[in-house]
Amino acid sequence: MNTELTRLTAAELAAKIHSREVSAVEVARAHLDRIAAVDGGADQGVHAFLHVAADAALASATLVDEALGVGSAPASPLAGVPLALKDVFTTLDMPTTAGSRILEGWRPPYDATVTRRLRAAAITILGKTNMDEFAMGSSTEYSAYGPTRNPWDTSRVPGGSGGGSASALAAFEAPLAVGTDTGGSIRQPAAFTGTVGVKPTYGGVSRYGLIACASSLDQAGPCARTVLDAALLHEVIAGHDPLDSTSIDRPVPAVVDAARVGAAGDLSGIRIGIVRQLGGEGYQPGVQSCFDAALRMLEKLGAELIEVNCPHFEYGLAAYYLILPSEVSSNLARFDAMRYGLRVQSGFEESAEQVMAATREAGFGPEVKRRIMLGTYALSSGYYEAYYGQAQKVRTLISRDFAAAFEQADVLVSPTAPTTAFPIGDKVDDPLAMYLNDLATIPANLAGTAAMSVPSGLAEEGLPAGLQVMAPVMGEAVMYRVAAAFEAARDADQGGPVIHRVPESEVRA
Amino acid sequence: MNTAATRELMDYDEVVERFDPVLGLEVHVELNTRTKMFCGCSTKFGAEPNTQVCPTCLGLPGSLPVVNRMAVESVIRIGLALSCSIAPWCRFARKNYFYPDMPKNFQISQYDEPIAVHGWLDVTLDDGSTVRIEIERAHMEEDTGKSLHVGGTTGRIHGADYSLLDYNRAGVPLIEIVTKPIVGTGARAPIVARAYVTALRDLLRALGVSDVRMDQGSLRCDTNVSLMPRGVVTFGTRTETKNVNSLRSVERAVRFEMTRQAGVLAAGEKVIQETRHFDESSGSTSPGRRKETAEDYRYFPEPDLPPIAPSPEWVEQLRATLPELPWQRRQRIQREWSLSGEELRDLVNAGALDLVAATVEAGAPSGEARSWWVSYLAQQANARGVPLDELPITPAQLARVIELVASGELSNTLARQVVDGVLAGEGSPDDVVAARGLAVVSDDSALIAAVDSALAAQPDVAEKIRGGKIAAAGAIVGAVMKATRGQADAKRVRELVLERCTS
Repeated sequence: MNTELTRLTAAELAAKIHSREVSAVEVARAHLDRIAAVDGGADQGVHAFLHVAADAALASATLVDEALGVGSAPASPLAGVPLALKDVFTTLDMPTTAGSRILEGWRPPYDATVTRRLRAAAITILGKTNMDEFAMGSSTEYSAYGPTRNPWDTSRVPGGSGGGSASALAAFEAPLAVGTDTGGSIRQPAAFTGTVGVKPTYGGVSRYGLIACASSLDQAGPCARTVLDAALLHEVIAGHDPLDSTSIDRPVPAVVDAARVGAAGDLSGIRIGIVRQLGGEGYQPGVQSCFDAALRMLEKLGAELIEVNCPHFEYGLAAYYLILPSEVSSNLARFDAMRYGLRVQSGFEESAEQVMAATREAGFGPEVKRRIMLGTYALSSGYYEAYYGQAQKVRTLISRDFAAAFEQADVLVSPTAPTTAFPIGDKVDDPLAMYLNDLATIPANLAGTAAMSVPSGLAEEGLPAGLQVMAPVMGEAVMYRVAAAFEAARDADQGGPVIHRVPESEVRA
Repeated sequence: MNTAATRELMDYDEVVERFDPVLGLEVHVELNTRTKMFCGCSTKFGAEPNTQVCPTCLGLPGSLPVVNRMAVESVIRIGLALSCSIAPWCRFARKNYFYPDMPKNFQISQYDEPIAVHGWLDVTLDDGSTVRIEIERAHMEEDTGKSLHVGGTTGRIHGADYSLLDYNRAGVPLIEIVTKPIVGTGARAPIVARAYVTALRDLLRALGVSDVRMDQGSLRCDTNVSLMPRGVVTFGTRTETKNVNSLRSVERAVRFEMTRQAGVLAAGEKVIQETRHFDESSGSTSPGRRKETAEDYRYFPEPDLPPIAPSPEWVEQLRATLPELPWQRRQRIQREWSLSGEELRDLVNAGALDLVAATVEAGAPSGEARSWWVSYLAQQANARGVPLDELPITPAQLARVIELVASGELSNTLARQVVDGVLAGEGSPDDVVAARGLAVVSDDSALIAAVDSALAAQPDVAEKIRGGKIAAAGAIVGAVMKATRGQADAKRVRELVLERCTS
């Protein structure tokens, strides 16, 4: 097994493939071998993948090698680089389950826009990654197909909902992944696994073909082990899509340039706002001290640190848990056994209504049911104004808090999550404790602003923590610049990337 | 058992003596856009089931809607033609309920932020009076798929063995036009309801935004009816009747509900607020499936679609595209044809206005065109028991007949024979003239011979004419016309008779 190749960044792999130093097929095979060695399944191993598309991946890599062999320019800066795709994007040639029993075995008749863009960029899609059912959860334990384990400690969760994508990166099964972030599902797993995760501006990446959790909050984004790799992938998947009416019809921010500029390490003139409401009480001491160390480093890079006040952020979690379930209750109504997916039917005498009810009872997990019920209640007549209506007002106030803060600062920072990765089973029966893990990430989803997580260091028990960098709508360039500068300085200071300290995953013979 | 439903109907005269009806009409119009409301699928009627579908109109996981700009233009034009205000900003909303013919189990509609509000439509009744129907709103939504319930006796879901689903219609653009409560129409309520739907249909047809075929479901009407005892001003409990699929049914459904509800109220019982189903064959309504709980649609703003904010410039551009509207056209026709109000109304009531106008457009003078349609052709239609516009003669064909008369090639008598031939399916007017040999005899020598022989056959009459009794010439003309089987020009025959008797 060529473990050497799987340790490289996407940028390094692309350079080697495009210079024909290694073939895309070798690279794909190295990662497929790694998956076979460490991924295991529901019972053991990392279990980052729900479906591995070895043949399709090798076929795609072969095409890249053939094109390069006849002297063609690479289809994109990432042509031939492998990627793990969250199982929430539709794919013509692979099943798409969104982590739910109700979609087990479903083969979509169409590709998501993100999928199409990855294919057009000749990126090698290795397979589909595990997730909390319909992206609802913060630990990947709510997947109907068993939890994903955190490569830093396999008794712990990788965060969620995109735990599969994050663990695939941390276990060196793939250098790139795509996730979706509704309340932190890209950023919190990135923090838990010592990787980089970006939630672009709402509307920055098309949602067409992304199985909806909460339409007004969902945002697809890049996941990687370095800021530059995330930026390279960001430019592949972002951009206007006429099939998504909420996608922004403006040029994609030049994030690759910004990441390169940032890596040079100068942040003078950049004003960084520390959000008073995100940190301190309720944050694990080690997480907080990683954050404080990050602030000192940013200051050393020349940035100006100021404290900003976002008084309505404290209502964010409550508003989020009214808006999200409301949209979920409507979005998930379509899973009714009539046209696709699971059908539970005991006889032919049953009415359509009975079949729908039995299928939804058997096909949805407990967290999904909980949120459907919450949302159905919040939208019902007589309660709408008090719940959904009020939550929308809070949302507006949070957007205003951001706007005021961005008057004073170019980016805002906070710890990504209040804790490091928690043990599997720890919070699965305590939904409120689970929800609290998204406290710091939710405001950016409510406001539609950009945010990302970059590893800040190791906290208690040698587990990674994340630094969250938040930017205004379409302000990704400055966000990547700050993250890249921090990453370079921290790596220099600590003698290498955080991810290099991940324990070697157990390899099966 | 619902006893109220089986109460006796009240005699209609008694109903209107004791109660005031309140109407509310909801009309659904399928737009004739080429593609669906939120995707690029074809809207063509009658295709093989489930051939005009895609991930979006099937509501597949991950699919998203994109608004059809043509549909928005159509609803704005409808709103403007109904004198509505066009909202400067409006949104779509989701209406949530589970039903197998609705792929997403929610319908994208508009709720408290419709695109057009507060308009009116003036409706002229058969007696010439005008009733202003206030429009509450017109909004956009998507149609559902179609269920075909197989087995059972009623064709409805209850009692069916199984159901087939066709999603070709799912996502077809629908405009819902809702009236404000219509009060004060008394005994005329059923007629007003019918006249409103008729006027709305004519308006939508003139706008060219819909096929407005009630038989194909591109125009559908739900009739809401309630009664209040005369002198009371608070509305009674209403029922909503669906499946009202023709103009005549609109009138019958309203009338039936009035007599049914009056019967219920007279028995001291309460009208149940419910959805009812109109039965075309019996002309009665029956309760829809009773729901155990009140339906809560849990409306909320559609997060997948940004708000629509039509700019004033766009609205004015669309206003400029409005064609001549039916009432404007009637006014113009009245002026151009110099008709009295009553003459115009007769034309409208006879269903002849469009036919006459089309005949005039094909080149005929309005007087002749009008006379043909309201007298001779109206008699033919009546005799055949079909509406005027279903007679197998086109305005262009009639215009040709009128042209042949004007040029002297046909006499009025011959013209009727030609029209009879066309109606009998013998082809165009020219075909009938040729096949039946109906050209006017204009060869004087042939006519002179016929005149002379007629004069010779009736010497006493000839003598009277020669003696100056010009009126007697009629008998000779009649004889000549008979001898020539009506093919002679009667005027010319008369001239020849006088000539031959004075020379």
